[in-house]
Amino acid sequence: MDIVVCIKQVPDTTEVKINPETNTLIREGVPSIINPFDENAIEAALKLREAHGGKVTVITMGPPQATEALRKAVAMGVDDVQLISDRAFAGSDTWATSYTLAQAIKSLGKYDLIICGKQAIDGDTAQVGPGIAEWLEIPQVTFAVKIEISEGRARIERLLEEQNEVVEAPLPAMVTVVKQINEPRMPSLKGMMKAKKAEITTKSAADIGADPIKVGLNGSPTRVVKIFTPPAKGGGEMLSGSADEIASALAGKLRELKVI
Amino acid sequence: MVKDLARKISLEKVLPVREKLDETGEFPHEIMKVFAESDMCGLYLPEKYSGFGGGVLEFCLAVEEISRICGGVGVTFAASALGCTPILLFGSEEQKMKYIPPIAKGEKLAAFGLTEANAGSDAAAQETTAELKGDHYVVNGTKQWITNGGEADTYVVIAMTDKKKGSRGATAFIMEKGMPGFTFGKKENKMGIRCSATRELVFQDCKVPKENILGKEGMGFIVAMRTLDMTRPGIGAQAVGIAQGALDEALKYAKERVQFGKSIISFQAIQHMLADMATQVEASRALVLATARHVDSGAKDFTKESSMCKLMASDTAMKVTTDAVQILGGYGYMKEYPVEKMMRDAKITQIYEGTNQIQRNQIGLALIKESAKNK
Repeated sequence: MDIVVCIKQVPDTTEVKINPETNTLIREGVPSIINPFDENAIEAALKLREAHGGKVTVITMGPPQATEALRKAVAMGVDDVQLISDRAFAGSDTWATSYTLAQAIKSLGKYDLIICGKQAIDGDTAQVGPGIAEWLEIPQVTFAVKIEISEGRARIERLLEEQNEVVEAPLPAMVTVVKQINEPRMPSLKGMMKAKKAEITTKSAADIGADPIKVGLNGSPTRVVKIFTPPAKGGGEMLSGSADEIASALAGKLRELKVI
Repeated sequence: MVKDLARKISLEKVLPVREKLDETGEFPHEIMKVFAESDMCGLYLPEKYSGFGGGVLEFCLAVEEISRICGGVGVTFAASALGCTPILLFGSEEQKMKYIPPIAKGEKLAAFGLTEANAGSDAAAQETTAELKGDHYVVNGTKQWITNGGEADTYVVIAMTDKKKGSRGATAFIMEKGMPGFTFGKKENKMGIRCSATRELVFQDCKVPKENILGKEGMGFIVAMRTLDMTRPGIGAQAVGIAQGALDEALKYAKERVQFGKSIISFQAIQHMLADMATQVEASRALVLATARHVDSGAKDFTKESSMCKLMASDTAMKVTTDAVQILGGYGYMKEYPVEKMMRDAKITQIYEGTNQIQRNQIGLALIKESAKNK
């Protein structure tokens, strides 16, 4: 089974800082990591390979420094990695990014399953995985907490808010995973040695046969107008007591605030 | 690379559970599995036997980082090397091929059985016996306080094959868990390194095939001493790790804790304590790593150096952890903070793999020998 995992290199911080002039993330001085959900995606792919055999290829679209993330994937034990990098990709929104990744996947030839993290921790859009599926015209199943493959079909358990849902899809398919699906393995020393020496294939827009008007800023129908940190929500007030007491206290407060 | 990976595993896998492991004394099976999967178990073993091909230096770097978070996990990791080293040093090619790869891959743990109830510092006073009967030996006796006892599959055990010859009558055997007549005592309830498994090895008419002799009959004491020379830097590294961990905590606390309207790190009394602690840790680390390099360079005799680094690092660990508790004051004495555990963990490093008094004897003896040679 040939599995492709799409990953993103993100800044290792929970407090993302934004440049107010360019409306982009400030990456200087912040160490980079593989997007945590994408590590779950790699782990899921490696587990499926262990069970069914085959090959795991990891791709990322990004600047040359994203090879660092790909080396970490090699250390975890994936078979092949590719960097999709071109100046023409600059300014891509999720639509152009998913087009680019879809083209890169097509250029690999055969694929049975595409796995992505459910979203990146910097942009938080959760759109690129589903976008890839749209461009490739294959089924998409999001928020997977369990993936089983048998007889050319994927059986996927989706983590929803109230209950889990089991969905079946024919292969090839695109699946995004949540962090509850597994615990990503530690890199191994031998893997790290291999990663150090690994030659990373870089593919340009031309290599993946991308249409120039569909990539980068040209291919991006959305523009980020402004990014800002919203003011923190004030702490709420919890009412306690019996249902009757709470109801009358609530009514009183609403009247006080002239809501009713 | 080794240091980074050991640090990553320690922070992500050991730190979240160390308090619980200390409280329950539960063996860290899950963590050992992570070490196995990340090739850490074979770090110091040759590639020929499925190891990573590093030496004592790489091993020390890993042990330090693990012990910086938890001394108990650190010794569990290190004790397997103590059990495997004699096979590496004295095993026949068949023995090495049979026993080392599973240990290198982390599928099996190893342990070393020397100490007995009446043979501690006086290691030559062994009471466990091995009697030759045809093609096998029959072993009888009890080994005490064996780290990884019960958890390990492969044991190197010292037993007397000829009591009349004294220390020249001891022989090393490779024993396997599950051999009839080989059982374990209860898990000991210890002051520190509580998650490590410490048990008695009990031999009652345990049959061991002749080919399980390590080296030759009568070489047991040499096997034991050479092994300990080789592994003592690992205990030094464990001690450096525990001390560094305590220094990390003391420094963090000193910056956060406000008294008299200032963070306490602004007081010279605290700064001087931290300065001494940091200097002692760095000096101990330098000695441990220098010794490790010396061993890896192929030196023949390094008893003195390996004793010195274990002695200095373990005394440092005791001093630095005690001072860390002092800096944290009342909080340091409480179990909510990790420094009291570090202080308990540090104590054993002055005791095991030869008490520090024995280390001083060894160093003294080496000095006398050297000066006699130089006359």
